[in-house]
Amino acid sequence: MTETAALSYIGQPLRRREDFKFISGKGRYIDDIKRAGMLHVAILRSPHAHAVIKRVDLAAAKAAPGVRLALSGADLAGKIGSMVPNWIIPGTKVPDRPVVAIDRVRFVGECVALTVATTRALAYDAVGLIDVEYEPLAAIVDEGEAIQEGAPQLHENVPNNITTVYKVGGGDYRRAAREADHIISLRIANNRLIPTCMETRSILAVPNADGTLTVYIPSQVPHMHRRWIADTVGIPEHQLRIIAPDIGGGFGAKMHLYPEELLCPFLARTLGVPIKWWESRSESHQSTHHGRAHTEDIEIAFRNDGKILGMKVETLGNVGAYLSNMASGGPTVNTLNFGTGTYKIENYEAISKVVVTNTVPVDAYRGYGRPEGGYIAERAIDAVARHLKLDQVDVRRRNFIQKADFPYKPYNGPAVIYDSGDYEGCLNAAMKAFDYTARISERDELRRTGCYRGIGVAAYTHMCGMAPSRRLGRIGFNRGGWESSRVSVDSSGRATIYSGSMSQGHGHATSLAQIAADVLQVPIESIDVVQGDTRQVQAGHGTFNSRSMAVGGSSIHVCATRIVAKAKSIAAGMLEVDEKDVAYQDGSFGVPGTDIQPLSFAKVARMAYLGHTLPEGTAPGLDETVFYDPQGMSSPSGVHMAYVEVDPETGIVDILDYVAVDDAGTLINPLLAAGQIHGGVVQGIGQAIWEEVSYDRDNGQLMSSSLLDYAVPRAECVPNIRSLFQITPSPTNPIGVKGIGENGSIAAPPTIVHAVLDALSPFGITHLDMPMTPPRIWSAIQNARAGARQ
Amino acid sequence: MRSIFGMENLMPDADEYLHTVTVTVNSVRYTVSVEPRTLLVHLLRDDLDLTGTHIGCDTSQCGACTVDIDGKAVKSCTVLAVMADGSSITTIEGLASDGALHPIQAAFHEYHALQCGFCTPGMIMRIRELLRENPNPNEREIRHGLNGNICRCTGYHNIVRAVESLAAGARKS
Repeated sequence: MTETAALSYIGQPLRRREDFKFISGKGRYIDDIKRAGMLHVAILRSPHAHAVIKRVDLAAAKAAPGVRLALSGADLAGKIGSMVPNWIIPGTKVPDRPVVAIDRVRFVGECVALTVATTRALAYDAVGLIDVEYEPLAAIVDEGEAIQEGAPQLHENVPNNITTVYKVGGGDYRRAAREADHIISLRIANNRLIPTCMETRSILAVPNADGTLTVYIPSQVPHMHRRWIADTVGIPEHQLRIIAPDIGGGFGAKMHLYPEELLCPFLARTLGVPIKWWESRSESHQSTHHGRAHTEDIEIAFRNDGKILGMKVETLGNVGAYLSNMASGGPTVNTLNFGTGTYKIENYEAISKVVVTNTVPVDAYRGYGRPEGGYIAERAIDAVARHLKLDQVDVRRRNFIQKADFPYKPYNGPAVIYDSGDYEGCLNAAMKAFDYTARISERDELRRTGCYRGIGVAAYTHMCGMAPSRRLGRIGFNRGGWESSRVSVDSSGRATIYSGSMSQGHGHATSLAQIAADVLQVPIESIDVVQGDTRQVQAGHGTFNSRSMAVGGSSIHVCATRIVAKAKSIAAGMLEVDEKDVAYQDGSFGVPGTDIQPLSFAKVARMAYLGHTLPEGTAPGLDETVFYDPQGMSSPSGVHMAYVEVDPETGIVDILDYVAVDDAGTLINPLLAAGQIHGGVVQGIGQAIWEEVSYDRDNGQLMSSSLLDYAVPRAECVPNIRSLFQITPSPTNPIGVKGIGENGSIAAPPTIVHAVLDALSPFGITHLDMPMTPPRIWSAIQNARAGARQ
Repeated sequence: MRSIFGMENLMPDADEYLHTVTVTVNSVRYTVSVEPRTLLVHLLRDDLDLTGTHIGCDTSQCGACTVDIDGKAVKSCTVLAVMADGSSITTIEGLASDGALHPIQAAFHEYHALQCGFCTPGMIMRIRELLRENPNPNEREIRHGLNGNICRCTGYHNIVRAVESLAAGARKS
C-alpha cells in the first residue's frame, strides 16, 4: 500500500528553529569557546610577494613574556606534510606547498613563522619580535603577464606559470564561423573577490586525556577536514574529532584546507594543551582564499537574426601562488563546461589555462565557475543584441534551450547535462513582474531629458550536487558525490537526523527536518537535526555547490523512507496482518477497509525496541543509515532583471528595481529560499559595482587589505530584491529539488552589468569591466565625450 | 628587543600596568582588571564571557560589536575598556526581559532577518537605537541607519522588512 500524509511541511515558509540562540547572543562560534590552559597562536606573514628567506631569528620572540613556543618553517619541515590539493585536473602540475614557508615566500600573507603564548595579545607582541631577512624577487600578479616569456617563475615544476591546460567543446566552431554573418570578439574580466564571511576563520584544537584530539573548525566539510588533517599531520582519522559549531557564513571560503587547520592540531599534540588561532579581518584578506580572478577572450559567430552559431573561449584563471584545494577545477571544468549558459550554441571551442601568480590563492566562492561561465554566455548574448541592435529579450528567446529539449547536453559535450528547465517561462514571469515594455518606454522617454536609465537582463543555469562519485574520479576530484544520512528513531518515536551536510546559516535544522517530517509523517517538533560533529555524524561531504537539499535532503528522504518501510513491517507484526495490506496514512499504520485499530508511529517505534512481535527476519530497532549517491545533477535556472539609473556627473549607479525569477525545482522552504536569493544577488551586485581585490602590479602588495579598502555592499547601496519562483521539479532526485544558494551570485553580475551598459549606450559605450565603480563609469563617460568631440 | 616598529618592547609582564574598571553590564556590576590596551569588546567577551557581542573586523567597519553604552549604540571595538569605566552597558544578552524576546528579536525571527547570525546581535543593538531616534522610519531611513553594520548573508532585504514591521506606522495599522 502507498504512504500518504495530509500534512506537508515541504513548501511551507516555516520560521527557523535555530533563530533563538542567534537573536539572543547565544550562538556558539569558535572564538566564543574557551578551554582551561588554552594557548594562542599568532602567525607572522610574509610582507613580500616574492622573496627568498635568508634567515629567521626567533630568539627575541622566544624570550618575550608569555611565549611558550616560536617556530619557523624550517622547524616544521618534515613534521607536517605538504598541502595537497583535493581536486587535481588530470595533467596538472602541482607545486609543492609547505604549511609554513621554508626558504621562499610567494605571496603577501604566506605563513613564515609562528608564536604560541598565554594570551592572543602576547602572541602577537612576540610575532612582532621575529626578525626575518628576505631577499626580494621580482613578483607577478597579473595572469596575462605571468604567462609571457621572461615573466618571473614561481615554481620549478610549473613552466610558464601554467599548472593546467584544459579543453572542452563540441561541434565545429570553424565551420560555424564560416557560415556566420557576423563575428565579434570580447575580452571580459571576472574581478578578484574576497568572500568576506562575517565570522573570520578560527581554530581550536583540544587534546583529550585518551590521546584523541578534538578540533573545532568553522568547516563547511567537517569529514573532509578530518581526512585532510589526518593525511597531512599524520594523526589517524579515528583519533580526530572535528566539530563545526555555529558558523558565521561560508560562501566557499570555509571548505578548503588552510595552514592554520594543520598547525593548531600539530601544536596541540606537541604541547599537550588546547591551542586557539583566530584570524583578524585584515589578516583574513591575505590568508583566506580569494575568488574569481579570470580573464576571458570570447569570439561569437552569429547570424543576422541573432542566432548564435558558435562560440570560442579562452580563459586565463589566476589561482594565486599555489594550487588551493579545488583550484585547478575552477577555471576549467566548473567554468568552461558552462560557458554556453542557457543557449543552444552547438559549436563551441574552449580552452583554459590555470595560472599561478604572486597573490593569495584563489578557490571556490559562491558558485565557483558558474558565475564565471554564466558571465561568458551572458556577456556574449548581450554583445550580439547590442551589435545587431535587437531587443535583448528577443535575442535570448531565439537562442534559448527549449523546454522540450531537456535533458539537454550542451554542444553535445560529454560532461554536462541540464536536467530540466523552462527558461521562457522564467523570462515571461520576469518581464511581467518587471513590466518590461512599460519600462522600455519610460527609459526612452527619460533619456530625452538627460536621465540615463538602463534595463539589464540575464538568464542562467547551473549544475548542483557534483555527482555521481564514479564521474568525480574521472575528473580528478578526490572525493565522492554522495551524502550520508542516519535517521535514528528512539523508543518514544522521536527522530534524530544525523546529516553529513553542514549549515553555515542556511537553516538546515529547519529545512532538513521538513523533509524528514513529511516522510515520517510526524510533527516537526519531534525531529532533531545533528550536523558538524564527526563523532556523531557517521560520514559526509558537507555543504558546497548548492548540494545540501538536492543531495543531503534526498539522502534524508531515502533514509526516512527506509524507516517507514521497516516500521510498516513491524506494524504488520503488531496488527497480525500481511505487510502488503498495511498502509501508512497521517502518521498511523492501519489496514484500509477494515475495523482494525490503527497504530501510531510512536507505538510502532516502541515495539521496534521491545522486539516482542517482530515479524520473522526483522531485526529490532528503528535506525537506518544511507549513503545516497545521485546518478545525476540538478540544474536550477532563472532570469533576473534590473533597472538602474546612472548619474553621468558622478558615475554612481542607483539600482531602482531588481526582479529575480528563479526555478530551483521543489522549494523545501520558500522563506529560506528567497533569503538565499536575496543574499546571493546582493553579493553579485557587490561584484558588479564595488568589490575588487587590488594588487600593486609592480611589487605585488595587497592594497585592499582591510574592510576599509574592500567595499562590500551596505544596506543603503542595494535595493529590495523582488524574488519570485517558478517550479520545474528536478527529475534527478526523489524530492524534485534543485540548488538555491549560488543562483543569485551567478545571475546578478551580468544583470547589473547589462543594465549599466544599457544606461551608458547613449554615450556609445559598449563595454566596461566589473566592478563598475563610480570612477570607472565617470572616466568612461568622459572618454566617450572626448572621443565624440574629436 | 625590537618590535616591528623598531621600538623598545614595552609590553607588560607585571601587574602594575593593569587598570581597574567598573562597569554595569545588563544590570550587573563588574569590577575587572585590564591592560590599558584592552578594548571594551574584549572585556565583554573575554573577561565577562558575554560572547554574543562579535568581532567581524579590525577597522570599525562591520558593526558586529555594537553595544549600548549609556543609551547610545557604540561599536565596542572603538572604545578602550578603561574609557568605559563607570558606564552602564547593555549587550544582546540583556535585551530579552523575563524570558520574552525584545520586539526587534521577535521581528528578526518572524521576517527571517538572519542567516548565519553573526552580524545579528550588532544589527539588533543598532536598530534599537535607530528606532529610539526615529520611531517611524521609512525604508530609505532604515537603510541609511544600517549603513554602519555589514550583513553578508541576507542582502539586508529581510532586515529592512523586520524594521519596517516595527515602525510606529506599521504597528498602528
